[in-house]
Amino acid sequence: MNVLVVLPILIPLVSAVATLLLRSSVRAQNVIGMTGSALLLAASIWLLTAVHDGGILVQQLGGWKAPFGISFVADTFSALMVLLTGVTGLAIAIYSAAAVDEPRRRFGYFPLLHILLMGVNGAFLTGDMFNLYVWFEVMLIASFVLLVLGGERVQFAGAVKYVTVNLLASMLFLIGAGVLYGKTGTLNFADLAFKLSQTANPELVNTSAMLFLVAFGIKAAIFPFFFWLPDSYPVPPAAITALFAGLLTKVGVYALLRTFSIIFVHDTGFTQPLFLVLAGVTMVVGVLGAVAQSEMKRLLSFHIVSQIGYALMGLGIFTQLALSGAIYFTLHVAIAKAALFLVVGYVARKRGHTALKQLGGLLRESPVLAVLFLLAALSLAGLPPFSGFFAKFTLVRAGLESADYVIVAVALAVSMLTLFSMTKIWGEAFWKETPGGVPSADILPPAPTVENPLVTVYPTLTKASMALYFIPMFLLVAVTVIMGLAAEPILQMTGQAADQLLNPTLYIESVLGVQP
Amino acid sequence: MSAVILRIATKYLSPVLLIVSLVLLLRGHNDPGGGFIGGLLAASGLALQALAYGSARARRLLRYDPRTFIGGGLLLALSSGIPALLSGEPWLKGYWWKPELPLLGALPLGTPLWFDIGIYFTVIGFTLTIVFALAEHDEREEY
Amino acid sequence: MHLLIAILSGVLFAAGVWLILRRSLARLVLGLILISHSASLVIFTSGGLQHAEPPLVEKGATALQTPFADPLPQALILTAIVISFGLFAFFLVLIKRAHQETGTDDIDAMSEVES
Repeated sequence: MNVLVVLPILIPLVSAVATLLLRSSVRAQNVIGMTGSALLLAASIWLLTAVHDGGILVQQLGGWKAPFGISFVADTFSALMVLLTGVTGLAIAIYSAAAVDEPRRRFGYFPLLHILLMGVNGAFLTGDMFNLYVWFEVMLIASFVLLVLGGERVQFAGAVKYVTVNLLASMLFLIGAGVLYGKTGTLNFADLAFKLSQTANPELVNTSAMLFLVAFGIKAAIFPFFFWLPDSYPVPPAAITALFAGLLTKVGVYALLRTFSIIFVHDTGFTQPLFLVLAGVTMVVGVLGAVAQSEMKRLLSFHIVSQIGYALMGLGIFTQLALSGAIYFTLHVAIAKAALFLVVGYVARKRGHTALKQLGGLLRESPVLAVLFLLAALSLAGLPPFSGFFAKFTLVRAGLESADYVIVAVALAVSMLTLFSMTKIWGEAFWKETPGGVPSADILPPAPTVENPLVTVYPTLTKASMALYFIPMFLLVAVTVIMGLAAEPILQMTGQAADQLLNPTLYIESVLGVQP
Repeated sequence: MSAVILRIATKYLSPVLLIVSLVLLLRGHNDPGGGFIGGLLAASGLALQALAYGSARARRLLRYDPRTFIGGGLLLALSSGIPALLSGEPWLKGYWWKPELPLLGALPLGTPLWFDIGIYFTVIGFTLTIVFALAEHDEREEY
Repeated sequence: MHLLIAILSGVLFAAGVWLILRRSLARLVLGLILISHSASLVIFTSGGLQHAEPPLVEKGATALQTPFADPLPQALILTAIVISFGLFAFFLVLIKRAHQETGTDDIDAMSEVES
């Protein structure tokens, strides 16, 4: 059978184990951390080409036939998301080698990073509802520890909120799975899709669908379940925030797109208007929250919420074009967001804080950083020729075609506000002069005290660590530019992914191996 | 804190727990038991030591850092999939090997057992990482 | 029997929610644990409650004896319990550390302290 499907799960696991066993050597951890992510990227490219050319790949774990065993399925959608993990993972791993302090790395930063990547990939590739739960938890436990790693005081309150809300989401997920199993007697995606298409009365299925909506909605941070995100994401170091922003919420989006396109399609008259409303409100609330912020990390965290709305909008319109746009948008926003957080991380490192009022003069100090920020920010706001433009353009076109004018208007307005708050960061942090004179080039953080011995201590910036800071930013910004310039082939691929979601027959046949 | 009863009890209980944990680990494939529950029992044996004599002693008995146990255990569990990969079967497909031993009869060994031993060590490592983190107030290394 | 378990899981869930809404972090954890039990019960019931044989083929037989119990819900619950064991163990460490650092186990006071 096909080992390729499980490679994106195995490679991070091997890297995690290797870095865990070589915990004492920071150098070895850096090397393994980076090569492991590079290998993951290579495997994910390989997987995408294989799926693109050869159709859906399936691996039945342990040789147990579906629907009894656990299937891993790679269709175009999954493969694209795995590629996203590969790109983001590599960028973060390189960045972390410079930006994550030594106590954190000694405790096991890199093993946790790779376990997180494994969980994310597992969630993208699994073909089984319960297995999805398991990957969610793998991901969550790694992210919990990453969130509090370092033990700084500010981290705790944010982490408690994050853990509580996500645990609740997991419980609702479990209850939903229980109801669904009681109704259908299976939890395999393909088998579910097949059995539910044969079911006449969808009452209980709707109950379970709504439980899943809430569970995934919490993970994806859609309205009204987003409040935990702006409180917890800004707390850890920027490398970790970038990782979360790039991947964790996207797993929630992926789960929503996956389940509500191949499994819960029996009552679209009910679910689609619901999604459209949620999408609109999520966008507006997120962006209004962002406009009100004056601290970079919090501001960008609110934007995460706002952008999730666009992906949801695609799910609400539910045409081939809309789903294709939603998938393209998810890929785009993960990359652009991660790039922005990496830039912010460097600002925090240089200045010791990220409060917009006190920042300034960054354009003069580091023009390269300014340009990188500008490219990523314009892409996020949706200006041509960047990826954000084509993503939003596709979604808006889909909205116009299906005559959902309200959501289109909201999407365009929110886009303007996004641009506005990006120019705010640009103006405050990069353009204006530093208030109160030019600061020293490299502010050192406060020395550790008895009360708080773990204040993040960074090594001084050398040429090598500067390179480690900038290479990942270049990488991610380049990807978002290329995604814009090569929108045609990428949209063709996301279109294929959308086709597979809308016509699950192929998916069902590949997994169950029979003519349904 | 001088908990005499706890200390005496620990002296006898903790080896028993370790042995029972091994029994559970080995019989898990036909009867209730397995790597997880065995690992938990073994970890509780060491946690008792930590309670009665302090976690420094439990750490000494463990010899390696519990996180190394997590890594080693995962490595074992992971490598149990390799025979399947080599023979072109799906990853983690089970293989059994039953050598005939004198007097004892057939001894079933297989990759599921191998996997379970990995889980056993991972669970010991994880549980003790948490137990030590809870027991050691002032060690700032943790979290 | 179904009704009884349904009521039980509802009561557990309600109690869990009540505990979560307290301000103390220790109760928060207890509440989450109760809710996780409630979720396990729902899965358990979803498989159907009945007197049945274990789903094992007896020596010499070629098919399962009917009626046989559905093994999947139990496997799912077991997995869920194992996972929540890990999560709650971690959560306990988290609130203990949070308590040490901030000197309070009231979540609102904790946020005020830092800002």
